[in-house]
Amino acid sequence: MNVRFARTVVSVAAVVVTASCTHFYEIPIETPIRPKLDVSGFQRVLVAGFISGGTDDVDGNVETTRLLRSQLRTKSDLRVIDADTLPLVDVATRRDPSAAATPAPAIREAKDLVTYEPVFANVAYWKDIGEEYQQPLIVTGTVLFIPQEQSRPVIRNEEEYDNFGRRTTRTVRSYQELKGFKLSLNVIFIDGRTGAVIHSIRPEESNSYPSNQQTPALSAYFELMDRIVPSFLGTLSSQRVKGTRFLLQ
Amino acid sequence: MRLPALVAALVLAMTVSTVASDAREQAKEQLKFGIEVAQHNLWREAISKFERAADIDPTYAPAWNNLAIAYEQQGDLAKANDAYQKALKLDPDNQYIKQNFDLFREIHERTLRQNSR
Repeated sequence: MNVRFARTVVSVAAVVVTASCTHFYEIPIETPIRPKLDVSGFQRVLVAGFISGGTDDVDGNVETTRLLRSQLRTKSDLRVIDADTLPLVDVATRRDPSAAATPAPAIREAKDLVTYEPVFANVAYWKDIGEEYQQPLIVTGTVLFIPQEQSRPVIRNEEEYDNFGRRTTRTVRSYQELKGFKLSLNVIFIDGRTGAVIHSIRPEESNSYPSNQQTPALSAYFELMDRIVPSFLGTLSSQRVKGTRFLLQ
Repeated sequence: MRLPALVAALVLAMTVSTVASDAREQAKEQLKFGIEVAQHNLWREAISKFERAADIDPTYAPAWNNLAIAYEQQGDLAKANDAYQKALKLDPDNQYIKQNFDLFREIHERTLRQNSR
């Protein structure tokens, strides 16, 4: 007790001494966070579309394209090109002669995307797209939005009363079933002037809810994208973190 | 024989003390100007004043603290980190410097994590 009291007195004294000897000025600051990718060579950005898979409840291609375009419009200096999303699945399969005659296989998990991924390395195709839209920065990639189930241990206390009305508690361990989604993106940045991939990021997020809770897939998708969008924007545009600091004299 | 040495040591100590005191006063003057311009959002000018203060008196923790804040405002997080470290080394119990550094560190570490992904 004495030691704690002494420590408290010393720390209070330290604050008082610091405060009494130092003049301070609280000042607002905005810390700029530089983007990971130098996009100074581009004036326009084309979010071209995504190869998407997973649940059928959400169109990962359309929703991701729409969301990233709207975020870029408000939070980046690049001019966002409004255009239809590219039918990348068709492009990918059409360019593969062995797959041309058969319908595109469904994308349910990460390994299903492997068939389509070569389209992002097709320099000639992306250069053509770049020329069509006046050589913008092109954003494309893959989106996988997969439902998942899991169970987790839950510990709760149960109250009991004996014959004499005395209350006792006992710890009960059980398992709770959870449902949720996992969202995995592979965002690829392509130079519209050359058609070459210049950068990529692979953000991944997941959420889970009690199985008796009805959460629409689209809500879960937006919840996960809310967590992913900052790292996407941080790649392209500088962010500013507001705060206050103490200047001293 | 001992008396002259004692006198010389005393004179030397007083000289050093006077020089140090002068340096501190000059550094304070620079800091005062720096704070004024920072309050008018002229951060580049503020940096030059705070740098001057730290040059004049490198043992003056507020100079390094203010320099760190100015670097932070300019987005130079590596330099801000170095300056905060120097400020804390000189005055480890200063609650203002500690609080500034804690807030800065949160941003700095988040940036490093994002860049490593």
